[in-house]
Amino acid sequence: MTANDKELAEPGKIEALLPWRAAGTLSAEETKRVDAALAKDPVLAKQHEVIQDELAETVLLNEDLGAPSTHALEKLFAAIDAEPARDPSRASGLIARLGAFFGGLSPRALGWSAAAALLALVLQAGIISTTVVKQGSGYQTASSEAPTAGTRVLVGFKPDATLNEITAFLDTYHGSIVSGPSASMFTVKFGDKTLTAADAEQLIAKVKADKIVTFAAATQ
Amino acid sequence: MQVLYGRYHVRVYRFALRLVRKEQVAEDLISEVFLDVWRQAGKFEGRSAVSTWLLAITRFKALSALRKKKDAELDDETAAAIEDTSDNPEVAVAKKDTGNALRNCLAKLSQDHREIVDLVYYHEKSVEEVAEIVGIPENTVKTRLFYARKKLAELLKEAGVERGWP
Repeated sequence: MTANDKELAEPGKIEALLPWRAAGTLSAEETKRVDAALAKDPVLAKQHEVIQDELAETVLLNEDLGAPSTHALEKLFAAIDAEPARDPSRASGLIARLGAFFGGLSPRALGWSAAAALLALVLQAGIISTTVVKQGSGYQTASSEAPTAGTRVLVGFKPDATLNEITAFLDTYHGSIVSGPSASMFTVKFGDKTLTAADAEQLIAKVKADKIVTFAAATQ
Repeated sequence: MQVLYGRYHVRVYRFALRLVRKEQVAEDLISEVFLDVWRQAGKFEGRSAVSTWLLAITRFKALSALRKKKDAELDDETAAAIEDTSDNPEVAVAKKDTGNALRNCLAKLSQDHREIVDLVYYHEKSVEEVAEIVGIPENTVKTRLFYARKKLAELLKEAGVERGWP
């Protein structure tokens, strides 16, 4: 039975899991089950493609919301300063737990190859603060980068893309990863100058055509 | 706390902003959320991811803020905020920009639907984590997202965009 045959008022068991498959947040067992169904059912596979578009646009929509001003941080620390003195053991407990906080990876990153997952870990944890591959193309953390010229594109890589392939991709297009992964997407800065809309569109089309890229769209 | 704030404040802010739709309110909320984290650090037992914990606190505070301001003024502001989100779907389609139309329709979903779409697609939360954050059973999480997607498809259809589903 295909998804076409099913009553659309309620999702089928596999169909209901498709958004999580697209987001890469299913368990290995569920992923296997969903992938097997996708391979057999073209209608389900089509719906999965639609979901991937929804996911990509939801990421863009959220990325466009920007970030809060420093006022929020100032307000927070003023409030903390006004708090009564606390038990040091509680504070140290928080510090200890912070270690565990940062051990948590984006679920999608776990689905990557070992090398790419390591890259994701390094990027996400913000361990490095300088370019690690080579000048002009490489990886940077978002926190380390001052706003500079360059064309920023939200890029999604294939889950099985290797570190070597991603490095070669960045070399080819003079790109550097400035943030991510966020919902499995990276913000990549291309070149040192901001391109015109037409040139940026051309660049994005080229990037999209790359064999390891699943998604590319302009971002701020 | 600075590290924790640096790591999560943008996501918390964006989640709050999608719920309350006002930048100033969302900024105030993130200060409150992280202050709560500071106060309740001893209660966090690491059973769930810290981002799940933070989003659950954010959701609770955002809904409380919405309840407090649930009057005509806020409704007007909300309506204005919806209309302010760039092109309407029809205009977007006229531009043959399906992506733009999709984003506009995503912005027009109800609060319940927006929330679940964001949690799954943007915040990468599993079925179990969404259930924990929103406080609903896991099966409801799945069906709510399914209905949110159907609503999205309806909005797109009204705007002239056919995607082959449903």
